[in-house]
Amino acid sequence: MTTAPRIAALLEAPPRVINIGLPVFAEELQAAAIPVVQLDWRPPITDPRIRALLAKLS
Amino acid sequence: MTVALCRVRRGFYMDSAALMRLSQTIGALPGIAQAALMIGSPSNKRLMAEAGLLGAAAEAAGPNDLVIAVRAADAGAGEAALAEAEALLDRPRISQSDAGAYRPRSFAAALDLLGGADLALISVPGEFAADEARKALRQNLHVMIFSDNVPLAEEKALKLEARERGLLLMGPDCGSAIIAGAPLGLANAVPRGAIGIVAASGTGLQEVACLIARAGSGISHAIGVGGRDLDAAIGGIGTLAAIDALDDDSATAAIVLISKPPADDVARCVLERVGRSSKPFTICFLGLGPTTLPANAREAATLRDAAELALGHSASERPIAAMKRTPPAARRRWIRGLYSGGTLCAEAQIVLRRAGERSYSNAPIPGGEALPTGESAGHRLIDLGADEYTLGKPHAIIDPTMRLPHLTQALGDPTVAVVLLDLVLGYGAHRDPAAAIVEAVAAAPANRPAIVASICGTAEDKQGYDAQVAKLTAVGIVLASSNAAAAEHGLAIVNS
Repeated sequence: MTTAPRIAALLEAPPRVINIGLPVFAEELQAAAIPVVQLDWRPPITDPRIRALLAKLS
Repeated sequence: MTVALCRVRRGFYMDSAALMRLSQTIGALPGIAQAALMIGSPSNKRLMAEAGLLGAAAEAAGPNDLVIAVRAADAGAGEAALAEAEALLDRPRISQSDAGAYRPRSFAAALDLLGGADLALISVPGEFAADEARKALRQNLHVMIFSDNVPLAEEKALKLEARERGLLLMGPDCGSAIIAGAPLGLANAVPRGAIGIVAASGTGLQEVACLIARAGSGISHAIGVGGRDLDAAIGGIGTLAAIDALDDDSATAAIVLISKPPADDVARCVLERVGRSSKPFTICFLGLGPTTLPANAREAATLRDAAELALGHSASERPIAAMKRTPPAARRRWIRGLYSGGTLCAEAQIVLRRAGERSYSNAPIPGGEALPTGESAGHRLIDLGADEYTLGKPHAIIDPTMRLPHLTQALGDPTVAVVLLDLVLGYGAHRDPAAAIVEAVAAAPANRPAIVASICGTAEDKQGYDAQVAKLTAVGIVLASSNAAAAEHGLAIVNS
């Protein structure tokens, strides 16, 4: 089996990273001069009443 | 007798690192034995219930709610701590480390902002990590999942989806990786070189990469696959993908594979793949007995042996014989290992077993013995990164002070001859892990046990390998050249 072309491409150069979760990992990548964007992540809404309201709004 | 009190803040979110810092602040208030501020996810609630911190008020809390729980000497101290926690939570922007920076809310917006993004690093609470990973894969992003507590069925589904899409998925519970020089999660500053690593162990990956770097060689890529990848349920999907990638990678000349012992069928499958490679492999299945390997593979019993086999020469800068060895007083018989790295704790158990010594651990290697309750007879090797020690607290690699009560206790124990310690440096690790240890050692009785430490780090790590060595040796701590060498030296002391 040969490597998927996308995986081979990943190993060619340092990755460009989207960080979801602990901000320290984005800060460390920045310190290592790796391009990174921190996502503003929140847990998904689990309350069915609020979900229904949001669905109505959208 | 203590009292447990809790409050719930509905519809409140703060990242877990910020919550752990708050938990520490509240835990240090007068009359507070334990404090935990956690979002009310099922796994957090389970951990809090096990610790006796989950009151009736919090049972209905959900992942969009924050649970504030304390165990206090009395109700007055508990209520005061809860009020203080609420006041701290109300301080503006407490969770924002760079409040001014724009942060996109969706993958699509993040991709717009960072053109050519090709990897998502996910460290959200485990319940939500699989959903985020799936979204990332569907945006054609490779994924590293640092989070643990991802259900096994989700792990398998994600790995199959990644394989189908031709993408690399590292984890879940992947603590460390280095891709083309980029440190992901907890990782060390190591030079680029010709040795590739595939590891189902974060600190295992770090220790081998650091030993290779300190011996003057380098790493092409170090791919983490998550601690369960070689279990029967997952079947080594991530390991096989990583081996394929490094086998085809022109920068990689030799490959090191690190894992706890795989399931039999998975081992067969992985070793069959290894045998089809033209590159030399070093196989380190920690805790497994001798195995039949393909002709291009050699077996390493420890992480240190794995690094040396991959290097083709010894990695030790300081031979054991050159280290100071003072016989302990007669009553001092036992080794106490206090580890921040789980795999480093496993490696120490292997070193003791190979020397014919029995040891106990809260994270025993296969065939090893679980920690007995009660008094401290016997060699005890403790993984302080295990769940039972980290409720609501940062991992010992991130916050070395969580190890101090255990260290102080061991240094005051008249039956302990040697304390073994690991310090993990690098990206994501604490700025100065030696400082807290030095403080505890300075406060210990003069006739304390010997302390033997090893440092998983490099001269290029922000903490500085040599600077950390200097701090430890200044208070009489013996520095070993590797974690395995530290355990060997500890044994030499107890047997002298």
